[in-house]
Amino acid sequence: MNNKNILKRKMTLPALAMAGPVSLWMILFVTLPMLYIIYISFMSRGVFGDVVYEFSLESYETLLDATYFKVIVKSIKAALITTGLCLLIGYPFAYYIAKKPKEVASRLIMLIMIPFWTNSLMRLNSWLLLFQTSGPVNKVLLSTGFIDTPMSFVYTDGLVLVGMITTMLPFAVLPMYSSIEKLSNSLLEASADLGASRRTTFFNITLPLTFPGIFSSIILVFIPSLGIYTVTDMLGGGKVLYIGNIIKNQFGAIRNWPLGAALSVLLIVITGLLIFIYTRFANIEDMEVV
Amino acid sequence: MSDSVVTSVLPDSIVSLIDVEKSFGKNKVVKNMNIEIQEGEFLTLLGPSGCGKTTTLRMIAGFEEASCGTIKVQGVSVEDKEPFERDVNTVFQNYALFPHMTVFDNIAYGLKIRKRPKDEITKRVNEMLDLVQLKGYENRKPDALSGGQKQRVAIARALINNPKVLLLDEPLGALDLKLRKQMQVELKRLQKKLGITFVYVTHDQEEALTMSDRIAVMNEGIIEQLATPIEIYNRPITKFVAGFIGESNIFDGEVTGLVDGILDVKTSAGTMKVKGEGFHVGESLHVSIRPEYVKVSPDPVDGFNLNGTIKDFTYMGTVVKTSVDLKDNTEIKYSRFEKDEDFQEGDSINIYWNPERAVAIKASK
Repeated sequence: MNNKNILKRKMTLPALAMAGPVSLWMILFVTLPMLYIIYISFMSRGVFGDVVYEFSLESYETLLDATYFKVIVKSIKAALITTGLCLLIGYPFAYYIAKKPKEVASRLIMLIMIPFWTNSLMRLNSWLLLFQTSGPVNKVLLSTGFIDTPMSFVYTDGLVLVGMITTMLPFAVLPMYSSIEKLSNSLLEASADLGASRRTTFFNITLPLTFPGIFSSIILVFIPSLGIYTVTDMLGGGKVLYIGNIIKNQFGAIRNWPLGAALSVLLIVITGLLIFIYTRFANIEDMEVV
Repeated sequence: MSDSVVTSVLPDSIVSLIDVEKSFGKNKVVKNMNIEIQEGEFLTLLGPSGCGKTTTLRMIAGFEEASCGTIKVQGVSVEDKEPFERDVNTVFQNYALFPHMTVFDNIAYGLKIRKRPKDEITKRVNEMLDLVQLKGYENRKPDALSGGQKQRVAIARALINNPKVLLLDEPLGALDLKLRKQMQVELKRLQKKLGITFVYVTHDQEEALTMSDRIAVMNEGIIEQLATPIEIYNRPITKFVAGFIGESNIFDGEVTGLVDGILDVKTSAGTMKVKGEGFHVGESLHVSIRPEYVKVSPDPVDGFNLNGTIKDFTYMGTVVKTSVDLKDNTEIKYSRFEKDEDFQEGDSINIYWNPERAVAIKASK
């Protein structure tokens, strides 16, 4: 009995020493701010945009208001489309890289990473320049006779989607790449050997075995694209509103912190749900972390 | 041209490799391979790693394409057939079981993708489970199986499609010695019972000798010798085979005399006698003698002038091996069931043998 306690204490000290700093960091900079956000979301807004510490469900009621509800649905839709397209483009790409020799693969991965060494504002601005009314894309289309009058790409949902996909694609490719790369070639050969065509092998072997990577990609793309506001701000020009912009505005110009907090809580809940679903279906060890 | 190829295929050969070669880039791993595999036989491709044996197997399975030459299964050329169109199945070195499927689903895979009726699948899988003695394990995932059990699942999975030929790529390589011996016997029994042709790849010569009807000893992309285990062991035809199978003392020498099929041979270590046919005086050759056939005497022996000093005795369990330093600084080994009490380390002795027991091998060009 006594021995057990001593043993336990012996075990806790090194464990605490190793996990302690990280835990402290997480508690200070993740858990506490998150709890504070949840707390504020149940408070009310003062006349001058300050937070009045009085319990109220007003912010949550506002979320159900048609205007906000529409934005939420639209944001979820945009995030879903972004995620879907990122998977559709990213999977073949990841597969292609994974089947290349190691040196080639690492060079190809480098190529996807290079755009991320430039400032995201510059990247988004260049999209604007490319697609503006007198930009190169319109010029080419006009001179080849595809169109008679310049098309307006800028500040549309379409361009926002392009921006989102290009921003998110690496987050889709990398986890799927590491999942596909781990897939042993002999499993595919075994499947072919037993009589399966390439298509059958893909749906019976490749897809189920790379599912952990696919799901990680979904989480890594869906969650940020739901909350992102730089892309929507710049390429949507503030004309197209998504949850991210609204949250930013509530905490910024409009100064309605409780509403901003309530929207943030909504995002946290969606994130939590996704992760919950994932852990129900897959072992936590299978989860790809980039 | 094509006519001669057709007639060269015996009616009972199930797999034929005709002038097959395989290169990876500039590296030629299989050179000019010709082999006729008979229906129902247990044929082993034996050789050190990198000798091209696995590549040969993979070409038969369809995972690699031959750079040139023809591969036929049941007399039909299979170059244009994908692996899933060939009547052969493979047992992979690392088992390659599908980790997300149960034992049942792994074994049923070949039938499921052919969309066979459910009750047929259940019936066949149960037969297979019986065959490999894995009843009661059908709902386990591969992760929850031991190495030997995984091996059995892999065999059952490959056999469910009733293949004409089963290809096995070092299937026992990952098992421990005791289990490996047991599986060797089981595999051989299974093959006899089913009457299926087994093409078996291994680098383990003991495994090859135990199980095979015929062994193809491969080295650097060519077949050095294709024969029964007994012949391979007793009558190696190349220096490589003599050195690779079992243990041999090999001498390089020259024929100096020839009487009644017994050759007198001069080597740098001394002179010796060996039985050999088709040799002429002045020809260079190799002489191979197994340690168990080497005899020693304190006095000189007629026809032999081969003496040395005893270096050490090594206890090997079943036998005691004695190393003897010869005068050209080479070493010869002989083995006895018990230690030679007549001699001590450092003693000078004369070596000889029954010339019938030694093998004369043509010098390689």
